[in-house]
Amino acid sequence: MASLTHKDLLGIAQLSVEDIQLILDTADALKQVADRPVKKVPTLRGKTVINLFFEPSTRTRASFELAEKRLSADTLNFAASTSSVSKGETLLDTARNLESMAPDIIVIRHSSAGAPHLLSKECRSSIVNAGDGMHEHPTQALVDALTVREVKGHIEGLKIAIIGDIAHGRVARSDTMLFHKLGADVWACGPATLIPWEFHQLGARITGHIEEALDSADVVMMLRLQQERQTEAFVPSTREYFNFYGLTRERMRLAKKDTIVMHPGPMNRGVEIDSDVADASYSVILNQVANGVALRMAVLYLLSGHAPLRPRKPSR
Amino acid sequence: MNLIFRQGTVIDPSQELHAVVDLGIDDGRVAEIAPRIRKKARKEIDARGLILAPGFIDMHVHLREPGREDSETIETGTNAAARGGFTGVACMPNTRPVNDSESVTSFILERAREVSKIAVYPVGAITKGSEGETLAEIGEMKRAGIVAISDDGRPVQNNQVMRRAMEYSTLFDLPVIDHCEDKDLSAGGCMNEGYYSTLLGLRGMNPAAEEIHVYRDVMLARQTGARVHIAHLSTRQALEIVRRAKKEKIAVTCEVTPHHLLLTHAEAVSYDTNLKMNPPLRAQEDVDALVQGLASGAIDAIATDHAPHNINDKMLEFDRAPFGIVGLETAASLVLDRLVRTGKLSLERMIEAFSSRPARILKLDRGSLAPGCWADITLMDPELDVEVRGSEFFSRSRNTPFAAWKLKGGPVMTVVKGRIVWSNGVRS
Repeated sequence: MASLTHKDLLGIAQLSVEDIQLILDTADALKQVADRPVKKVPTLRGKTVINLFFEPSTRTRASFELAEKRLSADTLNFAASTSSVSKGETLLDTARNLESMAPDIIVIRHSSAGAPHLLSKECRSSIVNAGDGMHEHPTQALVDALTVREVKGHIEGLKIAIIGDIAHGRVARSDTMLFHKLGADVWACGPATLIPWEFHQLGARITGHIEEALDSADVVMMLRLQQERQTEAFVPSTREYFNFYGLTRERMRLAKKDTIVMHPGPMNRGVEIDSDVADASYSVILNQVANGVALRMAVLYLLSGHAPLRPRKPSR
Repeated sequence: MNLIFRQGTVIDPSQELHAVVDLGIDDGRVAEIAPRIRKKARKEIDARGLILAPGFIDMHVHLREPGREDSETIETGTNAAARGGFTGVACMPNTRPVNDSESVTSFILERAREVSKIAVYPVGAITKGSEGETLAEIGEMKRAGIVAISDDGRPVQNNQVMRRAMEYSTLFDLPVIDHCEDKDLSAGGCMNEGYYSTLLGLRGMNPAAEEIHVYRDVMLARQTGARVHIAHLSTRQALEIVRRAKKEKIAVTCEVTPHHLLLTHAEAVSYDTNLKMNPPLRAQEDVDALVQGLASGAIDAIATDHAPHNINDKMLEFDRAPFGIVGLETAASLVLDRLVRTGKLSLERMIEAFSSRPARILKLDRGSLAPGCWADITLMDPELDVEVRGSEFFSRSRNTPFAAWKLKGGPVMTVVKGRIVWSNGVRS
């Protein structure tokens, strides 16, 4: 099997099915590190990773940091609020300054779509997109795929319903493209104000009715209303939204018996998901978090030019 | 005689002339066009193989002076225009301060007299400060020398204000140039709304934001009798509205930019901020309709919307960068190579769209090479090899999406009132 040939991980759009399988298989192999008494491997010893976060983040940032530490990389955290960015420095100048510290990998989260692409043109180091505006969040989508594959054994042919704020969600874009590439039947569901109709060109079937999306679904992916990105009123109220799009125990009966519920977080209980659904046995929300570390270890590992780790037959 | 161009191909749609002739100039005016002029002139230029056209007029440029001299000045902008084959430019009022008064208009014209080798035609603001509320002193600005009114990038949103502006414009016979955009509908957008904005996660600008205002302007023009000129038309539907209005004899004209004729929103996948402009690049079906509309004459003029931004302002995240690209020094070559050479547009129509139509819309005594007219002439070599290089621009800014494009054909000499103001040095 070939190793990952990309310098950067900017989005799912750039990845082939083979790339995706390689990353998922590598993550599977790295997962056992968490079960060791000493949760560390020396793979990235001597390598420097900079975490450049221009937007607040808890789980993605913690997940990357833990992944870096478990691979023994030297990490440097750089948060925009405490940096020169608040003094008016441009993104490119910040990046060039950091670049002169000779990092091997820069992990970036930014509120502008395309910010990682701007960096990738200017920087020698590998760029990992940890979420750019409303564009992509590739590692989260890969975590979702890893989780689905782990629980269901395969992805091809599954009906995957992505429900919520599709327009403003970067996870929605990355998930749709990823699951579509892997052969799933992807549905995007939400009010028409929150789904650009061109979304079907990314590989999703579109519906405004949650019942249709949930009907015999194997996987239910709930997305949060991105209120911080909404510049106007897209829905009349969160109450009405919950009435029409909230995931309740009752609506869950429409889905397959062995369905699983996912949420990339952070969750708004009572807005898009009922508490008794979020905490139910079919919820794999916490598995997603656990898989996040292994998946990000795999991405960092492969981007630093390592050969595939104990390649296995790709799962279907 | 002062100057004779020998045996050039004179193409002048205003007198339906397309012939290899001698063209003689005296006292700044065309003196004679004949198969062979027997008289001798003080200076004679061998124009064999070259095209002589009425001087190109770019009716939509931003010269940035006063206020943003770091991006462009009247001097650098008009030098860029001369290099692009333009003998005159109309400059938009969004300077700092806004050209909304006689004194700013006079300042621009005075600076132009000092530093510009080509004609500068100021466009005055419609409303004070281009804030869309109260009419600017349009009459006084007309007296000072404006040729049109426009709030360009900050278009009048209030329909009643626009109606009053149109009514008032008729008193002074000034065209109202409108950048058509419903700002609510396009709020926050930085590229065309469509598949690519969805793919790239960038906020889209709904094409209907343009079309709604085009329709509004047409309806108000019908009522008020004002002459309306739609700036940088960019969608198929907007063109359809203009086409229908023209059929009903409503006084509406429109222009298109080279970039809207040649590029689509698919280009934005690179997140290159030199592909960010307003109106944004649209879909292929729009591009096809615009090219066809230009060829048929439904679109009157080609204008560049030359919008210089210095590199610091453009080297930003896509959604934070300002709108606009430079265009003066690439327009003629782009149209010659990509539209005329490919057979999509006739040379006559190209020349008309660059010269006599803008002159007619702005009511300038230009756009014709008939004897007695001012000798503003654009000379082009259809075989010239051009490679677009920002580093060679006379403009102070280099924000072009066409860098490294290889083109065939381009301006080689620019003549204003019988004076050679720019030449690429190959001939003469």
